[in-house]
Amino acid sequence: MSGQPLTTVARPLQSLDGAISFVLDVLWGSVMDVLAALTGIEMLGFPFMQRAYLAALCIALIGPLVGSFLVHREMAMIGDTLAHSAFAGVAAGLFVNSLAAVTVPPLLSALVVAALAALLVQSLIDYAGAYRDTSLAIVLTGSFAVGSVLITATGGGIAVGINAYLFGSLATVSRGNAAILLAMSVVVVAAVAAFYRPLLYVTFDEVGARAAGLSVTRYNQLLAVLTAVVVVGAMQIMGVILVAAMLVIPTAAATSIRGFKRSIAGAIGAGLVATLSGVTLSYLYDVAAGGTIVLVAIAVYVASMLAVRAQE
Amino acid sequence: MAVVEVEDVMFAYSDRPVVEDVSLEVEQGDFLGLVGPNGSGKTTLLELMIGLRRPDSGSVRLFGQPAHASETGKRVGFVPQDVAETEGEMPVTVREVVRMGRYPRRLFGRFTDEDRAAVDAALRRVEIEDLAERRVGRLSGGQRQRVFIARALAAEADLLALDEPTVGVDAESREAFYDLLGELNDEGMTIVLIEHDIGVVTSRASEIACLNRELYFHGDPETFVETDALSAAYGDGQSIVHHEH
Repeated sequence: MSGQPLTTVARPLQSLDGAISFVLDVLWGSVMDVLAALTGIEMLGFPFMQRAYLAALCIALIGPLVGSFLVHREMAMIGDTLAHSAFAGVAAGLFVNSLAAVTVPPLLSALVVAALAALLVQSLIDYAGAYRDTSLAIVLTGSFAVGSVLITATGGGIAVGINAYLFGSLATVSRGNAAILLAMSVVVVAAVAAFYRPLLYVTFDEVGARAAGLSVTRYNQLLAVLTAVVVVGAMQIMGVILVAAMLVIPTAAATSIRGFKRSIAGAIGAGLVATLSGVTLSYLYDVAAGGTIVLVAIAVYVASMLAVRAQE
Repeated sequence: MAVVEVEDVMFAYSDRPVVEDVSLEVEQGDFLGLVGPNGSGKTTLLELMIGLRRPDSGSVRLFGQPAHASETGKRVGFVPQDVAETEGEMPVTVREVVRMGRYPRRLFGRFTDEDRAAVDAALRRVEIEDLAERRVGRLSGGQRQRVFIARALAAEADLLALDEPTVGVDAESREAFYDLLGELNDEGMTIVLIEHDIGVVTSRASEIACLNRELYFHGDPETFVETDALSAAYGDGQSIVHHEH
């Protein structure tokens, strides 16, 4: 009798675990194994590098996808703000874990806190009439303050865990985290695909969109929450401090492309160059993945600017 | 039929009233020129008329419905202030902007042949089809205005609201732009235009509303130039932009 409720709980968990294993090991793992065998590049066969490359692909896709809307609304800094609130979320998760018997995945608490911060920032801008960059700065520093207080409140016990999130690392991408990032990416891509038109209209001409009867506030909130999702997903590899770069730099590298859809595609291309070569270089030279990715992204940006100059 | 009905409207930014006791109607096919000194509440009144703001008291009806009702948005084409001056680095093309005119009808789902035909017709109507694949930010001010007009035409808007559209546009493009507005008006489009150049308004519009917080005049241009509403609204010693046309 006592086994009955356990199995009903365990079954969906097992099937979720099965699905994750199918996607990560059977699908992605096999592709990468074949790639490793064909190219003779050993690291493509290591499971943790396979997960890192998967994360790299996801980040290169969703960062510029959402970033294109942010950059052209001059809201590039919202990514940085939400990253710092995600940091508070990670700290809160680790804090709860250190006190209570429950286990809160830090990525989940980061997502909740960052999404709430996104809505807070948006309503500060909409209703309080606060200067946009001032309200961003308040939320940014405020949430970092919460995070730092929570870390020290446990006597420094969780400070070790937090470092990986601050600076990012390839090793942070556990199986569970890879699965969460993959799921987040599916959600972000689906949401942008579904709401592409209103997001574009609001980005290009907010007043015009309002005059045309679009609920601009809703779409602003949607964009802010999507930004929070991207930031939390990309944070594991990029680190809190550098994650905003993936929203901004690939997009900036692609602004000279004509047509908004094509510029998004170009930004994703720039993002792929940055993340894939960044992850590779980071492994080969044993340096921080986030920093390497950002430096490659900046190199791509500079190269594209020089190419545009040369054309003109 | 009245396209816009403004009744006893008051609007204030916190405790500073910018529009007081304004009542006026815009009939179908009217070309209303809104004039008044800087800070006279013209932009606010226009925003009230198309439902971007709600009055503190009084009522604004657009196509017979409360102006803020979202359904009315589909019938309004809005050309915002300083579109000609802001260059913008956003890589949208002319066609992408004109397609936005269809978005209120087709926010989701595939564009139909009808949508595409409306976009093409709008591009042709304002003679910018050869610019369709160019970036909006790289156009001249005059060309950029036409893009916004085309967006309104693609929307099949019945009312065109323009807020000082020719700021930063050279004289020749300005003339051509007002010719285009005149033609659209002749074809039945109702137009509400804010313009600081009194000469342009009195020669082009069929109705004039002169505003400085309160309405100083509402009627035809011929009567307007004969009354002293202008100097009353602007106050003595104010410089008035007046070009000969």
